[in-house]
Amino acid sequence: MPKDSLLGNNFASAPLSLGRRSMNLLITFAAGAAVFLVLLPLGAIFAYLIYKGIGSINWAFLTQTPKPVGEAGGGMANAIAGTSLILLIASCMGVPIGIGGGIYLAEYGRGTRFGNLIRFTADVLNGVPSIVVGIVAYSLVVLTQSHFSALAGGVALAIMMIPTITRTTEEMLLLVPHTVREAAYGLGVARWRTTLSITLRTATSGVITGVMLAFARVAGETAPLLFTAFGNQYWNWNINQPTAALSLQVFTYAISPFDEWHKQAWAGALILIVLIVCSVSAVRLAASRGMLKGA
Amino acid sequence: MPGPQPVPSQELAVETRVYERPLGRTGSSQVADRIFYLAMLACALCVLALVGVIIYELASKSSLSWHAFGWRFFFRSEWDPVNDQFGALPFVYGTIVSSLLALIIAVPLAVGVGVFITEMSPPWLKTPLAFTTELLAAIPSVIYGLWAIFVLVPLLRLYVQPLLAKYLGWTGLFEGPPYGIGMLAAGIILAIMVVPIISSITREVMTAVPQQQREAVLALGATRWEMIRTGVLRNARAGIMGGIILGLGRALGETMAVTMVIGNRPEIAKSLFAPGYTMASVIANEFSEATGDTYLSALVEVGLALFLVTIIVNIVAQFLVWTVTRGTPRRGNA
Amino acid sequence: MGVGIQVDKLNAWFGKTQALYDINMTVAANHATAVIGPSGCGKSTFVRCLNRMHETIPEARATGAVRIGEVSVYNGTSAVQIRRRIGMVFQKPNPFPTMSIYDNVAAGLKLNGFRDRRRLDEIVERSLTYAALWHEVKDTLKKKSGASLSGGQQQRLCIARALAVEPEVLLMDEPCSALDPISTGKIEELIFQLKERFTIVIVTHNMQQASRVAEFTGFFLLGKLIEFDKTEKIFTTPSDKRTEDYITGRFG
Repeated sequence: MPKDSLLGNNFASAPLSLGRRSMNLLITFAAGAAVFLVLLPLGAIFAYLIYKGIGSINWAFLTQTPKPVGEAGGGMANAIAGTSLILLIASCMGVPIGIGGGIYLAEYGRGTRFGNLIRFTADVLNGVPSIVVGIVAYSLVVLTQSHFSALAGGVALAIMMIPTITRTTEEMLLLVPHTVREAAYGLGVARWRTTLSITLRTATSGVITGVMLAFARVAGETAPLLFTAFGNQYWNWNINQPTAALSLQVFTYAISPFDEWHKQAWAGALILIVLIVCSVSAVRLAASRGMLKGA
Repeated sequence: MPGPQPVPSQELAVETRVYERPLGRTGSSQVADRIFYLAMLACALCVLALVGVIIYELASKSSLSWHAFGWRFFFRSEWDPVNDQFGALPFVYGTIVSSLLALIIAVPLAVGVGVFITEMSPPWLKTPLAFTTELLAAIPSVIYGLWAIFVLVPLLRLYVQPLLAKYLGWTGLFEGPPYGIGMLAAGIILAIMVVPIISSITREVMTAVPQQQREAVLALGATRWEMIRTGVLRNARAGIMGGIILGLGRALGETMAVTMVIGNRPEIAKSLFAPGYTMASVIANEFSEATGDTYLSALVEVGLALFLVTIIVNIVAQFLVWTVTRGTPRRGNA
Repeated sequence: MGVGIQVDKLNAWFGKTQALYDINMTVAANHATAVIGPSGCGKSTFVRCLNRMHETIPEARATGAVRIGEVSVYNGTSAVQIRRRIGMVFQKPNPFPTMSIYDNVAAGLKLNGFRDRRRLDEIVERSLTYAALWHEVKDTLKKKSGASLSGGQQQRLCIARALAVEPEVLLMDEPCSALDPISTGKIEELIFQLKERFTIVIVTHNMQQASRVAEFTGFFLLGKLIEFDKTEKIFTTPSDKRTEDYITGRFG
């Protein structure tokens, strides 16, 4: 202790006050409680989905179309097929444009004002409410064709996929070190060829992860399909006709007054969540293996 | 040595050398490069075009309603399709109240989770915890709604609402018959949906605070909470704010789960037990059955307002997050 | 067989900053020429101007005349075509991470449309032999990825990849700076053998390396070529005082 100390003897050697210690403990408990409270509904949702849904999933459910109101039985086969059709249409439009946009941002738009504008716009687009996207798709496709269609639903979902895929593709391409591109330039490979065969190829697993995440996100969307794909009681493979979708069917059944339909809603929801969790997990698994290979 | 023998001397003309080497073609790639560039540019322009298209379609299809009602559209309460009288005030009210309620519940929980995962959790627990909170973000809205209708609402009706009415009824916020369905249910389910976004951003900005900051505070003799408060939260403040606003943006636009539990009645009531209506819900419920041009146009105008509000909220949020994580690449929105 | 390089009044800029001032140099065919100098003197920039890699950096440009044999680098031919005749090996080994060893060596050919399978096998074997890597990898050519080799092996793989397209000139930008002494020794040995077939320009910050492998040496300082002569002369009786100061370690 220096002779001219202003703090006095007690400063350094005094024990930690009770107030400070209890505050520390209290906060730790509060944070832990927060984690518990957040995980609780998650657990509850999955538990209920399995508990209420598993009973209604049978072969009939997976292969039949809905029965008329009041009759027992029937299934959501057409809804599962419809969701696949709509997602296929959406992917055909959304994936190439999204990846192209990502390539532009990573390879040509670095640091430019225009590139920043695109990046910013994509981030903003990611926040547009899905119901608004539904209105736009309605306006563009349904009004033009004068009827609901799977195509309109696909367009709505594609609009939601494009900004997400653009940004994730860009981020993955930026992770490819510049030395890899240089090696290709040094060999006299043209720029377009380098971008496709070398840069994109090196980033493949990451880009696919981004695409699958966008895919999983729109697979569960209901709002944009409400007045684009609209729903259908029967099988439909025609992209120009209204089509059933799993998420739409779950919604319709859930708000109906019929117990039978409620049970089927849980079953449909279970299938939907299983599909989504599977695709996200498969992607993470492939990504972790793929990353190790490419390192 | 296997293979073709090297061609001797450099007096040979360039042309002959070309035939000896494996690469016969030496065409220029400038045309191909240009085409590729234009194709990629076109894709990027689609992003801009999308925003333009959205604004254009919303604006043009809502012009009818705009011309009929003007600004007052958002301050009137009448929603009468039969007589072509439309006012969006109940929806604006419902959207704001449900979102604010959601934030009040979600923010402490989400920030708590973020703090726990970043600063307090043992390392082996970090990844599983982070993964499970992100799993919450992957659950589709309609499934939240389904669970809310059949699990949350009965819970509220049978246990929570009577309790709230008994002890907090004097506030005026918990009056009226406990239907279960209503603003409170909507607020709660929205809160659950918004927690993952806020906690994910909180974690991101807290991780971005350099370790030196934490060490500086600890070295002065602070407890762990004091270190978190002054060394991390203070620095990450702007980013956490941004995360909260981003959560607000999501809550404002959330459609399905809210539609399924809010009661869908265009009324303005003080009590949280009362049913309500949000901007997104009215569009979801009435759009496909809207007869009459003014009706449809009014709904589109509601959509346009929702679009503009969410865009502004998201821009503010992005900016705030960017000020803290400047330079660190953002993870995708899953 | 290699060809000579003639450089006349080469100037280079990064945006507004000038990096090279009026470089004139004649590089002899089938010899190794070293380019030495302290950090930031422009030696890497100079070598990257020879195959127009300098241009890949945004806002970079160069003026002047460079002739590789009969071909003018800056007038007429496109950069992509030039780079097919000149091979480059970089400071940090950069094999293509998602490709096997075979595919890495064949990359320059495949990406430029070469399709003949049988000749491809021959060329890959020959290139790996030239790079003194064949015996170490001949059993795992298609199974192992290029990135799974050790640092020294990766650099030899990059050399093989550059040689596969049969360039006339090989540019090496500090090829050993990221490698351990044993791998460095192997690569220096390689350069001795490659000299018979190719013209080599090697940038190095290691003066001993320059005196080991190169017949001619150019000393760069602050973007200017101060002295260019036989390596022996540069290191024993340099004409310019600045060269002497650098050689004796007074700076740099």
